[in-house]
Amino acid sequence: MIELENVAYSYGGGELLSDVSLRLAPGSFHFLTGPSGSGKTTFLKLCYGELVPTSGFARIFDQDVRSMTRDDIAMARRRIGVVHQDCQFLDHLPISDNVALPLTVAGFDVQSESQNLAELMQWCGLTPRANALPPELSGGERQRAALARAVILSPDLILADEPTGNVDWEMSQRLLQLLIELNRMGKTVMIATHDLGLIRAAKQHVQARVLRISNRRLQLAGADL
Amino acid sequence: MRAPRFLTDLLVADGSADRVVPPSGFTAHLTLFSAGVMAFLAVFALALSLATGRLADRWGDELAHASTVRISAPDDQMAVQTEAALRVLQTTDGIESARALSEDEQRALLAPWFGPEVPVESLPIPQLIEVIESDAGYDAAGLRMRLSAEAPGAVLDDHTRWRRPLIAAANRLRALGLFSILLIGGAMAAMITLAANAALAANAKVIEVLRLVGAQDRYIARAFVRRFTLRALAGATVGTVAGMIAVLLMPSQAEVGFLTGLGFAGAEWFWLLVLPPVAGLVAYLATQRAALRVLGALS
Repeated sequence: MIELENVAYSYGGGELLSDVSLRLAPGSFHFLTGPSGSGKTTFLKLCYGELVPTSGFARIFDQDVRSMTRDDIAMARRRIGVVHQDCQFLDHLPISDNVALPLTVAGFDVQSESQNLAELMQWCGLTPRANALPPELSGGERQRAALARAVILSPDLILADEPTGNVDWEMSQRLLQLLIELNRMGKTVMIATHDLGLIRAAKQHVQARVLRISNRRLQLAGADL
Repeated sequence: MRAPRFLTDLLVADGSADRVVPPSGFTAHLTLFSAGVMAFLAVFALALSLATGRLADRWGDELAHASTVRISAPDDQMAVQTEAALRVLQTTDGIESARALSEDEQRALLAPWFGPEVPVESLPIPQLIEVIESDAGYDAAGLRMRLSAEAPGAVLDDHTRWRRPLIAAANRLRALGLFSILLIGGAMAAMITLAANAALAANAKVIEVLRLVGAQDRYIARAFVRRFTLRALAGATVGTVAGMIAVLLMPSQAEVGFLTGLGFAGAEWFWLLVLPPVAGLVAYLATQRAALRVLGALS
């Protein structure tokens, strides 16, 4: 579903990523690791069309990113759930509306989806906070709300950037559990993290491959970690 | 193509696109206010151009078909020359009728200048002959030559000399009025573009979030476009009504002429109904352009 072929990316200065090739197969579970500043976020942005490679080819759902219009990318985003490191919400709308936002912008009738929305909020443990505004949420609640928003359109692919970045261990286990559940439902998952404990914990439950960015290149890390 | 989309975007009660952009109290009031002021000014520019248009038409019509022959002669020849001139006029092609003004009529013409008590009989004032042309018109140069032969004291004044600058002035005023309306529209478009740019910049984070969850540019733009269009529509409606009331309250005494003729007559009031929708359309186009340009510039 996502294919990168000899992709390089530079922000001006030197290249941050070079010669990256990868095929994300449906239903796979990947971790992406590497030191901070190594380009994990950039890599994810290449995967959801936020950035266009400076050289090489990126294909999202078999479409070359360079040939995609802004609206094509918007349509692709409806099939890719993204959880950002610093989750951004519409701060003037309550959490339930924020979680339903992808439905709203895609033109679905939010009323008729209210049952699904309630179940998802329940599943993420957000029901008691449904009417709170985003700035009132704790870090863990924000991460869960971002995850809920990322999956409400039932995307084929979930990209999560440090989803456990600012939550405690217990909360990170719950978030991981949510992502593993989603993977069991057939979603492709990629999690960028530098938390090796999280990766070890995940490996007990799911067949996960670990990609590591080092020296500007993407490598498949060994089975042992 | 544009009109139906314009209408569906505006009229379909899709509150969702509106809600995703946070409400903005202060700038909203400024947009309303400016649209109102512009509409108010447009009412006067419109009144000016319509009134001067009427004036130019009227002057054109009234003066085009009338000329005057003025006979200045010693008292004893006055009657003879008047007779001669009338004969010439009646035998000229293109002249429908010619008639010497009576003393009473001449006195009435002079009254505004000398007062009603002027003893016209005892003054050496010229005799006037009113000439009405047919639609075809007559040959002024030929007529002048024949008049000078038959009645040496007769002078033909075919009014073009002072009609032309008046009509030109009226037409110029009308053009200026229309041009002012264009300028007002342009200024409003510029103002709304600035306001929309400010709103888009202030909501950069909102746009980013919407983009992340798969909103297409048209959806994002709609939230802004709808808001500014409705504001301009509301502001312009208030401004137009205020301008209309101001025009109605102007003292209107027909005799004073041009200045108080500044207003609307009959079907011309209809043009006022057009102002608010036009303001809305201008706002729609300005915001749409601004929004799509700003969004298109994002990666």
